[in-house]
Amino acid sequence: MTALKNITVDDIKGSAKKAGNFMLGLVKKQIFIPIAALLILVIFNLIVDPSFFEITLSKNSAGDPVFSGYLITILDNASELAILAIGMTLVTAASGGQDISVGATIAIAGSVMLRVLCGTDSRPETLQAPIIVAFLVCCVVSMLFGAFNGALVAYFKIQPMVATLILFTAGRSIAAWINNNELPVIKDPSFGYYGNFIPGVPVPTPVFLAIACMIVIALVLKFTNLGLYTQAVGINSHSSRLNGIDPAFIKFLTYVILGLCVAVSGFIKVSRLSSINYSVVAKDIEMDAILAVALGGNALSGGKFNMPASILGAYVIQFLTTTLFKFNVDSAALPAYKAIVVIILVVLSAPIVREKLSKLWKTIAPKKAAKEAN
Amino acid sequence: MQEGAVLEMRGICKYFPGVRALENVDFTLREGEIHALMGENGAGKSTLIKVLTGVYPKDGGQIYIKGREKAITLKSPEDAQKHGISTVYQEITLCPNLTVAENMYIGRTKGALTNWKKMNADAQKLLDSLAIPASPTQQLGSCSIAVQQMVAIARAVDMECKVLILDEPTSSLDEQEVAKLFKLMLDLKAKGVGIVFVTHFLDQVYEVCDRITVLRDGKLVGEYVIEDLPRVMLVSKMLGKELDDLSDIKSESETYEIDENEACVFEADQLVSNAGISPFDFTIHKGEVNGFTGLLGSGRSECVRAIFGADKVTGGKVMMNGRKVRINKPLDAMKNGISYLPEDRKRDGIVGDLSVRDNIILALQVMKGFFRPFTRAQAEAFADEYIKLLDIKTASSDTPINSLSGGNQQKVILARWLLANPVYLILDEPTRGIDIGTKIEIQKLVLKLAAEGKSITFISSEIDEMLRTCSRLVVMRDRKVVAELSGEDLTQKKIMATIAGGEEQ
Amino acid sequence: MFLKKLSNGKSELKSRNALSDTNLLLIITISVFFIMYISAIVFLGSGFLKPQAFFNILNDNAALIILSCGMSIVMISGGIDISVGQVTALVCMSCAVHLDHNGGNVLTAFLLALMIGLLFGLVQGFLVSYLEIQPFIVTLAGMFFAKGMTTIVNATQFNVVHEGFQELKNTRIYVPGMGSINKIGKYVPAYVEIGVIVALVLVVALFALLRWTKLGRSFYAVGGNSHSANMLGINVKRTKFMSHMLCSLLAGIGGFVYFLHVGSGSPSHASGAEMNAIASSIIGGTMLTGGVGNIVGTLFGVLSLNTIKNIVSSLGLDEAWWTNITVAGMICLFLLIQSIVLSRKNKNKA
Repeated sequence: MTALKNITVDDIKGSAKKAGNFMLGLVKKQIFIPIAALLILVIFNLIVDPSFFEITLSKNSAGDPVFSGYLITILDNASELAILAIGMTLVTAASGGQDISVGATIAIAGSVMLRVLCGTDSRPETLQAPIIVAFLVCCVVSMLFGAFNGALVAYFKIQPMVATLILFTAGRSIAAWINNNELPVIKDPSFGYYGNFIPGVPVPTPVFLAIACMIVIALVLKFTNLGLYTQAVGINSHSSRLNGIDPAFIKFLTYVILGLCVAVSGFIKVSRLSSINYSVVAKDIEMDAILAVALGGNALSGGKFNMPASILGAYVIQFLTTTLFKFNVDSAALPAYKAIVVIILVVLSAPIVREKLSKLWKTIAPKKAAKEAN
Repeated sequence: MQEGAVLEMRGICKYFPGVRALENVDFTLREGEIHALMGENGAGKSTLIKVLTGVYPKDGGQIYIKGREKAITLKSPEDAQKHGISTVYQEITLCPNLTVAENMYIGRTKGALTNWKKMNADAQKLLDSLAIPASPTQQLGSCSIAVQQMVAIARAVDMECKVLILDEPTSSLDEQEVAKLFKLMLDLKAKGVGIVFVTHFLDQVYEVCDRITVLRDGKLVGEYVIEDLPRVMLVSKMLGKELDDLSDIKSESETYEIDENEACVFEADQLVSNAGISPFDFTIHKGEVNGFTGLLGSGRSECVRAIFGADKVTGGKVMMNGRKVRINKPLDAMKNGISYLPEDRKRDGIVGDLSVRDNIILALQVMKGFFRPFTRAQAEAFADEYIKLLDIKTASSDTPINSLSGGNQQKVILARWLLANPVYLILDEPTRGIDIGTKIEIQKLVLKLAAEGKSITFISSEIDEMLRTCSRLVVMRDRKVVAELSGEDLTQKKIMATIAGGEEQ
Repeated sequence: MFLKKLSNGKSELKSRNALSDTNLLLIITISVFFIMYISAIVFLGSGFLKPQAFFNILNDNAALIILSCGMSIVMISGGIDISVGQVTALVCMSCAVHLDHNGGNVLTAFLLALMIGLLFGLVQGFLVSYLEIQPFIVTLAGMFFAKGMTTIVNATQFNVVHEGFQELKNTRIYVPGMGSINKIGKYVPAYVEIGVIVALVLVVALFALLRWTKLGRSFYAVGGNSHSANMLGINVKRTKFMSHMLCSLLAGIGGFVYFLHVGSGSPSHASGAEMNAIASSIIGGTMLTGGVGNIVGTLFGVLSLNTIKNIVSSLGLDEAWWTNITVAGMICLFLLIQSIVLSRKNKNKA
């Protein structure tokens, strides 16, 4: 009884159109955006300098065999970003906003970690507490800060960007305050394993940690309703409530989960250096994390999300950064080039532009097919 | 253009991905006539209007307007306004953060500056002339929905328009306000304005309209002078089939034997919520269909929301099957076997971007628990079963619910709550804004469910619909329960009198 | 039915004289500023009593006032622009290079600043409004771009020695009757810099723009509900474009005023200014959700933000972290006030 008559397959006879539709279907898939971006970067590097993809097994300063090469660097350095992207995706989906305090809370997490490991002395000879204890404390503290953000957003109904502006402003100061503004240094080499290499394992440890996080989130999404609930809340919190979901709690929960992601990232960050610089550690990482979510084709206004696309987005960003570094772009000037690439990517992935492009494709494809037929 | 026509649309086509929303539709509006645009949900009325107001670009056809030789193109609502087409939409399209006066004049005044004094004075005059209880300097968001709708109407009629489009403007208005609107329409008609009127209320069509254009399945069925088209004919034109006798539904179906001695399925004692209703008592038996009735804003929705725990419950006792239960939030109600289909489908019902499948399983899934998701195959099976059962028109269960027509969206929500297998089902305006075919289907379904032993509370603005389904009616006035009618008292006249209150009895 | 009408009318009358959200938040902001300043005078003494202390807040923050005004306009229209801080840095660096290395004069430097603002406004506005890309992402890219470009123009800090510029920079406008007697008994007149005059003129002009022009009201309409605004016949795309245009243009002017105040170019100039501007706007009663806000409130937002900073440092807690933590606390406080006030107001309505 409705006028919404579906155009049946019979209506779209002709192989040319079918081929076009297949392409359109692919282009319309959300994960297409980060994949296309990655492909462009890969092809660019292949053409300009194929040695980009070389991986060699060499010995590091400790004499252990490790893999090295640009690809390894990308996988290694993107770990924190990929982990953050997981939490940021959930926060974005549920609350329709982003947490801009993750960089600052990473500083807090790292600072807490070092504080527990160092005890009262800022440069102890031995670890004052087991690493696992320090890590758990760090997780709890990060989740508490996440809970603070989450409470402001979920229960006081403050817009996420504004609510997290508070910790964005204060976070690094709190981090410095936790260690009395001293710069602790861990001398025990075993602490450095988590941010670098475990002796005998040629792959950087952060890669494993990132994969572990991905597996955990994949399992969580598979065996709980987190995905359905966050999307439902993000799309329509009124009707979610009437279906028995507690929207405020779900929003709150996503911020706490992001807190956990921050803790892991903070752990990797301090382990890389065995120390911390409060004002520099994880600087601007919040922008990259949000960018990863956007590159994954997720609406920053919340609702539906695609987790693999976000994670892939994080690797695309690191791929881009490393590519630029390889071409000796000054690290301070890096943002300018990054900005241009980002703009090209978002313009190409903008729905309006894609619609125009697919229309263009529709007019070109039949002509091509006609030519082939002749 | 035809002689005397103020607007002509020829061969209008509009396609959405995979859908032909309008195909070769003609529409002619003459000077000084009120022209009803009729059709079921999804017939293409809204699409035609959105093409006419420049919200959607058309994919084919021409639009001519009086005073212009050539066909005009409408790229935006701004363009449409410039051509003298003004519109009142079903949903309120005003800015809640601006004042009443600004909402009436913004976007249509000349010059770059705003003269507040003059604007407020003009607005006051206009508000007074229509007796709208609002002040020009008041923030629009602080007005009731009905007042907001009247402000939108005031804005539209104040424009120097040749064509006025009213897209279901009466759904949030009470009788007095509707009467006011009709008087206004007749005044404008006398001035030679062409009015397009879209509504689901047949009474209103026959009260004011001169001509009717009927659409079905995105195609033109025909244009008729009102005298030539009796009601039954109109309905059959809209449905595309002969109408079976509506009033016989109730007697056709078998009824469940209600045992008065059995404990009530649901019993509320002095229940009250924070939504501003007086405490009320309420009972429902197994297999019973009863209803809340009253005017819009009388508190009937608030009562059922209190039963479901959708508003914060502030007092009272609730018993189910003779046991005391606590219902503080929707999940409590759901776990006790209560389902609630909300009044406002868009705001409280559908989860827009999610698929039909996810929308159907949502309630059952939440009841099952956070850590026990359905497998894809289970969800698929549930969805397919109910899509078939309720005859939901959707491309697949993966389609986002957004892209379905209103009636089908409502069926999806109904499917959601049927899947939850409730003992007590609350349906708040399940038939609002829905075509007649679906309406009848839903009414039949209600009676069928009751025959199976489910208890149902049914709320509707249309009293004959309630009479057809309910065996007992709770009447509300001014946020209080004023009477309970059953048996021989269930007549249209008696109900109206009770709703209207003492002095009219 | 009759009763219902009556009760309806009553509730309408009750809220008839209620303040609009914008005005309510404005009043809160202004009163908090005065309470804070007066208590600073009472408890912390003479330092705050000198008019010059107040004028110094203005002198130091003229650029921030301008940036915040632009930010408020974008926020009122429902967008956000996080590029303004880095655009300021880029303007400073470009003007500095232009004056000292390329032999330009002050006027061309100012035009250059305007040009940079205009260019950012054009591109960002186009991407946001006509290609419908999220403003956060667009201006994030803008921020990255400006940041990189600043170091590409010149990687290190340097002070401008251009004579005409120095003259303008050191111009002081004395405020009659506001001077004070210093320690050696000499009368020191109170002064403001040129930037302050520019900022105040802009505040007045933008206030008028938002209050009395069609464009200004369109900003509110689009921010309140862009779908409705479109139906009301407002060109939403153009309005959004104009808001970004205006914001970036103000960032250009603000950048020049900043340059006039510091007299140097550096990649680290105005870092984090975008967040200060957002914070000031919020304290000033602008809501990030759009449709609510006031330029006068924004002015008081900047003043409040910096008064609290001064209070912290005069308490002897001048470690950077205390300032940040207090500022964060203040934002938090204002957000809670706004959240509570607005939710109570909505409850009354229901």
